Amino acid sequence: MLKEYKTVSQISGPLMMVEGVDNAKYGHIVDIELADGSLRHGQILQVEGDKVLVQVFEGTEGINISGTTVRFLGKPMELAVSPDILGRVFSGTGVPKDGGPRILPKMKLDINGSPINPYARDYPNEFIQTGISTIDGLNPLVRGQKLPIFSGSGLPHDEITAQLARQATVRGKGEAFAVVFAAMGITFEAAQFFINDLTNTGAIERSVLFINLANDPAIERIAAPRVALTAAGYLAFEEDMHVLVILNDMTNYCEALREISAARKEVPGRRGFPGYLYTDLATIYERAGRIKGKKGSITMVPVLTMPEDDKTHPVPDLTGYITEGQIIMSRSLHRKAVSPPVDVLPSLSRLKDKGIGPDKTREDHASLYNQLYAGYARGKEAQELATILGEAALSAEDQKYMKFANAFEARYISQGYYENRDVMQTLDLGWELLSMFDDVELKRIDKKLIEKYMPQFRKK
Amino acid sequence: MTDVQNGRIIKVAGPVVVAENMIGARMYDVVRVSRENLIGEIVELRGDRASIQVYEDTIGIGPGEAVVNTAAPLSVELGPGLISSIYDGIQRPLDQLVAAQGSFIRRGSAIPGLKRGITWHFTPAVENGREVVAGDIIGQVQESTLVNHKIMVPPGLAGRIDGLREGDYTVEDAVATVTNSAGGKTPVKLMQKWPVRQPRPSRQRLNPNQVLVTGQRVVDAFFPIARGGTACVPGPFGTGKTVVQHQLAKWVDADVIVYVGCGERGNEMTDVLREFPELTDPHSGEPLMKRVVLIANTSDMPVAAREASVYTGITIAEYYRDMGYSVALMADSTSRWAEAMREISTRLEEMPAEEGYPAYLGARIASFYERAGRVVCAGSPERQGALSVIGAVSPPGGDLSDTVVQATLHVVKVFWSLQGRLAQQRHFPAIDWLTSYSFYKQYLPDSFEDKQMGKEFAEMMQQAMTLLEQESQLVEIVRLVGAESISAQDRMTLETAKSIREDFLHQNAFHKVDTFTPIEKQHEMIRLILHFHQAGLAAIENGVDTGQLFKLPVREDIARAKYLENDKIEQVAAIRNIVDEQVRGLYAAAAE
Repeated sequence: MLKEYKTVSQISGPLMMVEGVDNAKYGHIVDIELADGSLRHGQILQVEGDKVLVQVFEGTEGINISGTTVRFLGKPMELAVSPDILGRVFSGTGVPKDGGPRILPKMKLDINGSPINPYARDYPNEFIQTGISTIDGLNPLVRGQKLPIFSGSGLPHDEITAQLARQATVRGKGEAFAVVFAAMGITFEAAQFFINDLTNTGAIERSVLFINLANDPAIERIAAPRVALTAAGYLAFEEDMHVLVILNDMTNYCEALREISAARKEVPGRRGFPGYLYTDLATIYERAGRIKGKKGSITMVPVLTMPEDDKTHPVPDLTGYITEGQIIMSRSLHRKAVSPPVDVLPSLSRLKDKGIGPDKTREDHASLYNQLYAGYARGKEAQELATILGEAALSAEDQKYMKFANAFEARYISQGYYENRDVMQTLDLGWELLSMFDDVELKRIDKKLIEKYMPQFRKK
Repeated sequence: MTDVQNGRIIKVAGPVVVAENMIGARMYDVVRVSRENLIGEIVELRGDRASIQVYEDTIGIGPGEAVVNTAAPLSVELGPGLISSIYDGIQRPLDQLVAAQGSFIRRGSAIPGLKRGITWHFTPAVENGREVVAGDIIGQVQESTLVNHKIMVPPGLAGRIDGLREGDYTVEDAVATVTNSAGGKTPVKLMQKWPVRQPRPSRQRLNPNQVLVTGQRVVDAFFPIARGGTACVPGPFGTGKTVVQHQLAKWVDADVIVYVGCGERGNEMTDVLREFPELTDPHSGEPLMKRVVLIANTSDMPVAAREASVYTGITIAEYYRDMGYSVALMADSTSRWAEAMREISTRLEEMPAEEGYPAYLGARIASFYERAGRVVCAGSPERQGALSVIGAVSPPGGDLSDTVVQATLHVVKVFWSLQGRLAQQRHFPAIDWLTSYSFYKQYLPDSFEDKQMGKEFAEMMQQAMTLLEQESQLVEIVRLVGAESISAQDRMTLETAKSIREDFLHQNAFHKVDTFTPIEKQHEMIRLILHFHQAGLAAIENGVDTGQLFKLPVREDIARAKYLENDKIEQVAAIRNIVDEQVRGLYAAAAE
């Protein structure tokens, strides 16, 4: 029998204290019935003797001390899953939001998940073709990887995530990804843009959406990524699907976490974020991956907006330490109308070497991106120099590199949101751009490869 | 001693649980929490109340549940079977956990660190009836093809030894009995236990005055680490910290490697797990795993176990050091360890010092690194062991003024500073040659078999460093006034510095030859680069145009010298003749 308590003693911010409770357990969930009969949900953050501290997902507005009833459900938060979740829209806590029926559960899963045993993990090494040159050519994504997009306010991260969701496929297999999309505190327009894009391409049928908009309760954002990943875990490891999880926007998630931490009067770390932010983010990001003996996989693309484009802000910083690389959006490229404006130099995919090579893409892939990268880095320096000294003052070599950097931005980086480039096309484009240089200057590429691939582009 | 009583939970807040009625409990005793049998450790005592850091997830735990005190500190099992194992932060074998629980880590498992079922062939090394003391080697077990596991008398035990017999034993069987002067008998097993937070004893500390060769050119030539030394690798994310750690683990000249993945990425740990067994040890040709112990507590695994993982690792490393081996411990990353301390400290409501870290952070870091060293091992036969510690630090935003970096730099003797700028230029390893340092440089000449060559090498490296230093100043001038306005000699300096950077310091970890360079080849390579420098300067004196000089085809040979097979060092040396030939060819043109 579930006991009901009317012993709320304190409400402060998103937190509520209930006293005289028997047998409450850390991490379990509660139902909160308000005086007017409406229902809210909460989770136990701390139990001390018979005092229980509860965080209320929907916020504490309108809750009063005397008229509120709290029911302890004696279990952690669970999500009901079945293959029917595909094509549906839920709230951040997993309640249907599209007017459709409740999910008849095939199973109920604890949203907190369990850590994957590192020994049971299978290494991500299957190349995913995204059709975006800056990703496929320079920072290849592989199945089971977590590759965040570091963006800023006003930058087109919605467009690039939509492009990823639309185009991502494993080469030669034609297998499509199921898409799990968790919106945390984004605007209605941003969410609708994504939903429309999925609907137009028919991908909505293989998508699950968890939507917490900017005007939805902030505390619900704490549950949203976990709920989404529980759904993704179910699809990947029970239903053998390849799942692409998009979490947008993680900065809002972290701010919700900060709100709870501040309400609990915890010692704040950098910029007021709690000291356990790293651990907390890790329990989310690390749910991506592949598992030995299971067919499915979870590939994760979290999106986060860097306040003032500052990469050292705690959210991008800690994210970068957990994820396998990052794709950074550049404001200056965006201004130059280069789209997608991927800032190539600081972007990185740590697993790039695992997904490429003779059997996966092509033998010249690794040397090629090293050379393009080095050339572009040099060219960028020349570009900067030219803005100070004027183009005429540059040495002949610097001018050549600058020309290369300009061409690279205009043709390689810039491709628009609707061009789906095959990876071979991307690689050939790389050679074509490098044909500006003499063979001797291409120090990062093996001689044999230059002899094999370069001649056809030199002639042009 | 008071009887140890079992307590009752009164508070649960994340990984910290408070229990009352814990009479007789001692600090750092291990307890079992609730029906789920979660492992925890006492970190604070107030009256009969104990605060416990729990090594597993505490969801579903509440007041009223029992806490059982095991009255023993957190310990690891030391004995045959450690090598090739993969453990979590508190020495639970992850491979066996998969077999027992499936792909996800569940709570409350109690699989011991060493396998019980298997037997090891034990060969005694001393005679029965002899007096032995702690640390004496009484026999050995061939643990893997690369590691001969010495069985030692455990610390604190001495007396007459009896019952030694060659045969097959499990780790729990007694292989001998030690009778002390009072007549008390203690069985000696293949396995011993040791509390992780306590350094294992040795007889005498020695100065770490031998260089540990790693095959990584920037490390060996500029910033070497000593056998028994300490090093720290800080750098922002994406600068290749982990690749540096992996490279060192693969190539370092040590008998046993302990690799601690502390709060690391799961996929990275899988990479280690998948790659290490396939790697061959460059010194023996056997699989590298035959001398490696892995500890993996990934970032999503419980935070308290992450705190313990570095201690588990270093205790295992000390145990092999005690056998007289050279052991290298890599910890990636100590920042995660410090953060785990901070998290526990916050939950204990301790007064924070800088950036929320506990005030004892510096002391903990220092005492951890201090467990490294070259020692005369306890017991006989007389032997020396060494434990080198290399810790990665992940400072937020790459900011080296970070508390953890600063506390680490206080104690370590080698600093490999990874720079985001270099990583962006794809210069790997991104170790900055201008800000890094090593206190062990003086021992470098002795690491060569040919001492004269060693001296020469040290001198050449000094010259190379000077050129790089000059470059950093010249670059500023060139930026402002253009390359044409500096002297030809300075242009030569710039060109050689570039060659040192690109052709020597830059090293591709994924190239099958370039990944490891023997120190003799390093010597030949730098000699070649400096030879071109000298030849170039001489040519400039004779009126040769620098443009032509820098375009000589031999420069490509210099650039590709690193890819020449490691056993064909003479090919590198031969390039010097080509340099002479081609440079001389320019003289004629200049004379006209």
